[in-house]
Amino acid sequence: MSELKLMKGNEALAEAAIRVGADAYFGYPITPQSEVIEYLMAQRPEERTGMVVLQAESEIAAINMVYGAASSGKRVMTSSSSPGISLKLEGISYLAGAELPAVIVNVVRAGPGLGTIQPAQGDYFQSVKGGGHGDYKLYVLAPASVQEMSDFVEDAFAIAYKYRAPVLILSDGLIGQMMEKVILKDQQKRMTDEELIKKYDDWATTGKTDRERNIVTSLDLQPDKMETRVNKLIKKYAQMEREDLRFETLNCEDAEYLFVAYGSSARIAQKAMELGREKGIKVGLLRPITLFPFPKKQLFDLADQVEGILSVELSAGQMVEDVRLAVEHKVPVEHFGRTGGIIHTPEEIIEALEEKIIKNGSVRHHKTRESSIL
Amino acid sequence: MEVLDIIKPENQVFCKTKLMTDTALSYCPGCGHGTAHNLVMEVVEEMGIASDTIGVAPVGCSVLAYDFMNIDMTQAAHGRAPAVATGIARTWPEKYVFTYQGDGDLAAIGTAETIHACNRGENIVIVFVNNGIYGMTGGQMAPTTLSGMKTSTSPYGREIETMGSPLKITELVANLPGVYYATRHAVHTHKHARKAKKALKKAFENTRLKKGLSIVEIVSNCNSGWKMTPNDSNDWMAENMFPYFRLGDIKVNGKLK
Repeated sequence: MSELKLMKGNEALAEAAIRVGADAYFGYPITPQSEVIEYLMAQRPEERTGMVVLQAESEIAAINMVYGAASSGKRVMTSSSSPGISLKLEGISYLAGAELPAVIVNVVRAGPGLGTIQPAQGDYFQSVKGGGHGDYKLYVLAPASVQEMSDFVEDAFAIAYKYRAPVLILSDGLIGQMMEKVILKDQQKRMTDEELIKKYDDWATTGKTDRERNIVTSLDLQPDKMETRVNKLIKKYAQMEREDLRFETLNCEDAEYLFVAYGSSARIAQKAMELGREKGIKVGLLRPITLFPFPKKQLFDLADQVEGILSVELSAGQMVEDVRLAVEHKVPVEHFGRTGGIIHTPEEIIEALEEKIIKNGSVRHHKTRESSIL
Repeated sequence: MEVLDIIKPENQVFCKTKLMTDTALSYCPGCGHGTAHNLVMEVVEEMGIASDTIGVAPVGCSVLAYDFMNIDMTQAAHGRAPAVATGIARTWPEKYVFTYQGDGDLAAIGTAETIHACNRGENIVIVFVNNGIYGMTGGQMAPTTLSGMKTSTSPYGREIETMGSPLKITELVANLPGVYYATRHAVHTHKHARKAKKALKKAFENTRLKKGLSIVEIVSNCNSGWKMTPNDSNDWMAENMFPYFRLGDIKVNGKLK
């Protein structure tokens, strides 16, 4: 039965991993996401579902354990926070290159370097622009509530197996640490080894029976073969853009101004939007739920309606570049955000909108999709 | 007698294991990797465990091991094979999981993964081919390069004062309780190869009995990297490598020798 509980985001994510029937979790402690492995260890998932949980010696080892388990067809997950994700990037690139399904969670803290343990959204570039080496992308889900920390685990596994590709859940210290009510879904059964061998017989290294041997690798020393491999990945990413883009809009119907924000910033921008409306500023919110794919067309179209856009992120301005690319200079696009682990207030956001956008008046550049393509 | 008569099954006293593919080996002529591959696959075939065996290939000369070994294999990032093997073995506890790694992979970049897989006593086999050099990248100094040995990154010889001593990693990990079996062999003569095969069989047998980690080191040559003929490289190996990397058992049945 589904249950209503009060939980931390990190705990809800960990519980969801057990309930979706994941086979394994490999992790390494780092603030602010250590509750994920702590919760899993305390839950004895080995007894609940047979799920394996192991604390690795490093983030590098953890992601490579993920690579191993995923290569043999198992549903596997890892989580970390920013500096730890940097260490995992080699493994993530290998997962993408070898076409392995896996779920990676980043509960972002402020950087660069060791930075600080407070929440931030400074890993946007790292998440959507590759991060690791080579031509690959990650499907990136950005939860904005404890409920989504729970729900997105199932969604992430579904996408990972639909495309045989690694999927990133890009959370942050705020969503990971805060407590909210959450509806937990029913326990799903783990696949049996027999079911798994049958289902993934064409690629997983489960032991060569009378079929051809399965090889999991990201290596192709012949350039033409390597290019074919890359093209196959690019096709997947194009399909993700066509079929699996997710976003939501709030108060956009009559909006004259627009906030674009994801994750924790979307929650704060939502409050800022309400304050703005009370002041008579008609502002709406577009919240990308997936950061790749990115709601490019939606932004392009909304730019015909609004006078200006403010990208609100807990960073020095990263997503704002993609917003500008999508909008193609039709209207001014500015960034507002605090860094260093400081969380902006709704009042600061409204002030920024007034100061950076509204004060400058209308500077619309008339452009249509067609004319811009030409 | 014609060639076709000779290769008739009834005339054969020895044949290649079915677990080696017909793909031509990419190793330099005279290199020990081919023999080491063959021995591992012979053991897997003789034990009848091919359908339950998953190999993990490293980065280095043997990165393409999966082209030659006719079993399911996963290729790991440089040094990470023991972590990759951990991921497989933990989620498939009834399978036989082995890594095949060189000295740069296992004893330099992958030191942490090696030590911790050993310390956890992962139920896997590590086949460790030590030729004291980075072969694939063109003969650079490895953690196992002997003192005074010339390589492309130690062109005047390895200087212990600045470059450290050649690492005896098998002895090092043998001290960990998780390691059940640690042994060192060579494959350059029939006699040595037979002993190495016996050791490999024992290692896979340990996996079957869920005894924990077995590491079989094979001291081998790199005639190209050492810039010698194959025969000279084998002689040099026996003369210089064996006194430092002593052949024989280091730990058997969980007990240090």
